Amino acid sequence: MTADAAAPVLVAKGVTKQFGGLVAVNAVDFDIPQGSIVSLIGPNGAGKTTFFNVVAGLYEPTDGSVEFAGREMIARGRRAWAEPLVWVLPTVIVMLVGVLLEQLTKSGAELAVALVIALGLLITMFLLAIIRPPIYDRLLYRLGIFKSARPNDMVVAGLGRTFQNIRLFKTMTASENVMVGMHSRLHASPLDAALRLPRHRREEKEADIQARRWLAFVGLKGKEQETARNLAYGDQRRLEVARALASQPRLLLLDEPTAGMNPSETAQMTTLFGRIRTELGLTILLIEHDMQVVMGVSDRITVLDHGDKISEGTPEEVRRDPRVIEAYLGKGASA
Amino acid sequence: MSGRSGTGTPPVAAGGTGRSGRASSPVWRVALGRVRAYMGRHQSLSIVIGLALFATALPFIVLLPPLNGFGTQKDFIGGFADAGVFVLLAIGLNVVVGFAGLLDLGYAAFFAIGAYTYAYGASPFSGLDIPFWPMLLVGAIVAAMFGVLLGAPTLRLRGDYLAIVTLGFGEIVPVVFLNADTYTNGTNGITGLAQPSAYGLFGVNGFGFTNPWPYFLTVVLIIAVAFIFLYRLQDSRIGRAWVAIREDELAAASMGINTVTTKLLAFSIGASTSGLAGVFYASKLSIVSPDQFGFTVSFTALAMVVLGGMGNIWGVAAGAFIVYEIQAQGLKQLGAFVQSLHIPTFALGPMSVDLGSINFINFQYLLYGLALVLMMLLRPEGLFPSRRRRSELHESPEEAAESNEELVQA
Amino acid sequence: MTGATARRRSLAVPWRAPLAAIVALAVAYFVILAGIVSDSSQQLTFTSAIPQAQAQFINAVTIGAIYALIALGYTMVYGIIELINFAHGEIFMCGSFVSWWLLTTLGFSGAITDPLLLVGVLLLAFAVSMVVMGIVGVVIERLAYRRLRNAPRLAPLITAIGVSFILQNIVFVVVSNSIVTTPQIIPNTVLTFGFFSISLINLFVIILAVGLMATLQLFISRTRLGRAMRSTAIDRDAAQLMGVDINTTIALTFFVGSALAGAAGVVQGLYFGITVFNIGFQAGLKAFTAAVLGGIGNTTGAALGGFVIGFLEVISSVWGQGRWSEAVVFGMLVLVLVFRPTGILGQQLADRA
Repeated sequence: MTADAAAPVLVAKGVTKQFGGLVAVNAVDFDIPQGSIVSLIGPNGAGKTTFFNVVAGLYEPTDGSVEFAGREMIARGRRAWAEPLVWVLPTVIVMLVGVLLEQLTKSGAELAVALVIALGLLITMFLLAIIRPPIYDRLLYRLGIFKSARPNDMVVAGLGRTFQNIRLFKTMTASENVMVGMHSRLHASPLDAALRLPRHRREEKEADIQARRWLAFVGLKGKEQETARNLAYGDQRRLEVARALASQPRLLLLDEPTAGMNPSETAQMTTLFGRIRTELGLTILLIEHDMQVVMGVSDRITVLDHGDKISEGTPEEVRRDPRVIEAYLGKGASA
Repeated sequence: MSGRSGTGTPPVAAGGTGRSGRASSPVWRVALGRVRAYMGRHQSLSIVIGLALFATALPFIVLLPPLNGFGTQKDFIGGFADAGVFVLLAIGLNVVVGFAGLLDLGYAAFFAIGAYTYAYGASPFSGLDIPFWPMLLVGAIVAAMFGVLLGAPTLRLRGDYLAIVTLGFGEIVPVVFLNADTYTNGTNGITGLAQPSAYGLFGVNGFGFTNPWPYFLTVVLIIAVAFIFLYRLQDSRIGRAWVAIREDELAAASMGINTVTTKLLAFSIGASTSGLAGVFYASKLSIVSPDQFGFTVSFTALAMVVLGGMGNIWGVAAGAFIVYEIQAQGLKQLGAFVQSLHIPTFALGPMSVDLGSINFINFQYLLYGLALVLMMLLRPEGLFPSRRRRSELHESPEEAAESNEELVQA
Repeated sequence: MTGATARRRSLAVPWRAPLAAIVALAVAYFVILAGIVSDSSQQLTFTSAIPQAQAQFINAVTIGAIYALIALGYTMVYGIIELINFAHGEIFMCGSFVSWWLLTTLGFSGAITDPLLLVGVLLLAFAVSMVVMGIVGVVIERLAYRRLRNAPRLAPLITAIGVSFILQNIVFVVVSNSIVTTPQIIPNTVLTFGFFSISLINLFVIILAVGLMATLQLFISRTRLGRAMRSTAIDRDAAQLMGVDINTTIALTFFVGSALAGAAGVVQGLYFGITVFNIGFQAGLKAFTAAVLGGIGNTTGAALGGFVIGFLEVISSVWGQGRWSEAVVFGMLVLVLVFRPTGILGQQLADRA
């Protein structure tokens, strides 16, 4: 979507994630060029999904960082201890000013006013810290404090994802599921909604049209009002993709999107990936077990084993890499 | 709008049968279907009409036997106004528990805060005399603010921890009102709260202990406004986010929903409804004291929500009304009935059991407790279920276990 | 792998570190108490305040022991089925009424001076209360919770609240709606060991609580049934596949937890001499705080948490702010949950998000 097609959408540098003593992902460098389909493969327990979850903001990495769309989004927090200072500093300053003014004018009013303002500031900062709107994060960043992005921040920045085990909102209709995906692109406030102000109406109308469009795009036309749990398995997978697309991502993370599908469903899904790239111009990061799918659609493949990156390259290169064969088939197979 | 299913439109299965049955169904059914469809499109209007019909019918129903034997119409109307308070509490709690799926056990705290706000705004204790109507808004806003303040640190917690923390808050707030006696008059509470005035508008004046009618009308009005707002919120981006969080918080976050803000919103909207109820309640009783806002209030409201059907605004309101009337009228009449049977007393160790003079009102919490347990075991979706809850709660055990597994893996 | 670690909750942990922590805390508290006592009464210096501080210290340990006994039930049940058993506080309350009923029916009203008779009556009271409450706990689990084991999380929680109100209301209506005086059958004797003096009842309660807790630890860590409980807590399905009878194990957990609460109920009557129908709510909430404080699911932690809560309560009352003690305890609960949801001993409960 950006003019500079060569720049990578996502750059992971030395991403490491440890769970207790277990190193699930070990110093993985990785980048995803704009407009490509990149796959992540590896045997079970290789750390693919963990890497995915780090990128999506679910886990804070133990080490390393992830840059998304040119901005550092995910890394271990830096100078977290300084954050409370940011909360109390405005309050302290206002109080000091109040005391100073009171000393100068000798009337009690300034101190009282300062106290009220200070309290208000304290509460505001406290709320900001808990809600963490982008302004707050940016303020912290400017002060040299870094906090790793949460999943919702990543979505706002332009990352959409699906789950390995389907995690739709089961009691919602297909169309509602897609509209939840649009959440971060809609802006009606509770007041807009409660009073049915024009912004709410306009957005809802638009969202409804968009939802239909996305459902049609993934091939669920006519199933808008179907409850998600009642959809066929393959349709649920497709609905997850539609829901992810609805957040208007630049990068789509697909976690085993063809798992459990029959060959014809898999073929349809593979076609869908191609269309997502060509028609929507999105970049895709794919975790996949089905080698045929991976070899067929990927521009580049990265292979993980026991948390380490063991190979990277075009499908052809990876296919021939002895280390990959060894990882999949065991020692001796490559010889 | 009409095509989407926010609240009103039927699931596909029901829609299908409706269509096929239409050709052969009688005229009244077709008419009913049309009315339903119209109501679905004009929700606010249907709320107003529905509540107006109900409020008009109630005063006449109580004139019918056997109800007229239980009290005068005036007594009943006063009781209905009190029931309205609980309807407000229940629909507010429903936002937190039913929509967002957060178990809030300290809900009475916001009721207390609303009531004390009115006490500060319009009583000799504070020396202020702000009229009732603006105080309604002030009470709602103050309660919402406290909702945010109390909710902010706790909403990161998982469901059952949240329950216990809110329970703790619900205990602390009355303790503070009790112990900070310089500001709250302690146990005695604040008395002599101003009663509302309608300034003679529409010929209504004289809110007072002897004239419950204006209170009844006022509470119906407040309920109608709350209903409309809550229905609209439910059918919006916010409402969808609530349901998403309730169903799968992690997936919701991964779809770009700021879960903290969204939960906080549910908490504060629930709190503001409770605040409205508090202001109204305080103005009707003309007194506030800490013991009115204990855990039993939170518990009663929860029982009402569960009985009515979590997530369904009309259902919850109906549940609240029914529970309140059973408690206020039903148990009293039952007691009178059993007393007339003259059952002898018997002894059991140091205790003596006198079934004849049992005061059934004492049993109300036993009944609430039984109701909660039985509902959860037999009909977890409540008496008047929302479509969503029904399908959610009747999820098969395997599926539930599966979704648990997923949570662990992710 | 991640799934397994995330769900690892064990009912038993090493006890040496907590013991060291208890000793360290005890010393700190003693100094604090002495400081407060000497501060609040003008005549007393720090040294002369020590006897009074000592009495309060023992008082705190005793109250803490009661909370610890209740907290164990919360923590065991949570450990095994991840349910906050709201009804647990009411089990404690019912236990106190069972012992009141028994002692009153047997015709006791004051201290029993005959040591043999005293021991016999105590044994009887504890046995009856513990067994009865254990059975009540098992029945509650069978009727109210078992069917909801796979339901959405809110469902059993709401049921538990319902059960708690049922129990409370039954006692309220059937037994008494006001404070009941229970016979304090242990004589009011003060034992002195050098400069250290302790009354018989305090000594009894502390020894009893510590004994019960030690027995529980042994039971969990050494016996077959204890192993079954631990394995069920870690992974119910796997335990079932390995031949553990899940239903029996969970029922057993409820029995043991409720029996401990029943014992705490007897202690309540013996120590304070009163009980009332709504005592369970507050006590339960405080005991739950204790369980959370120690890291829920962790039995040693629960015991430690109980003592901490006992001390908090006593300190605030010595300070002359007894009426705020509830607010202090719940404030503590909120702080711990918000900043360290795994409790002081931590690690037992992984964040499952």
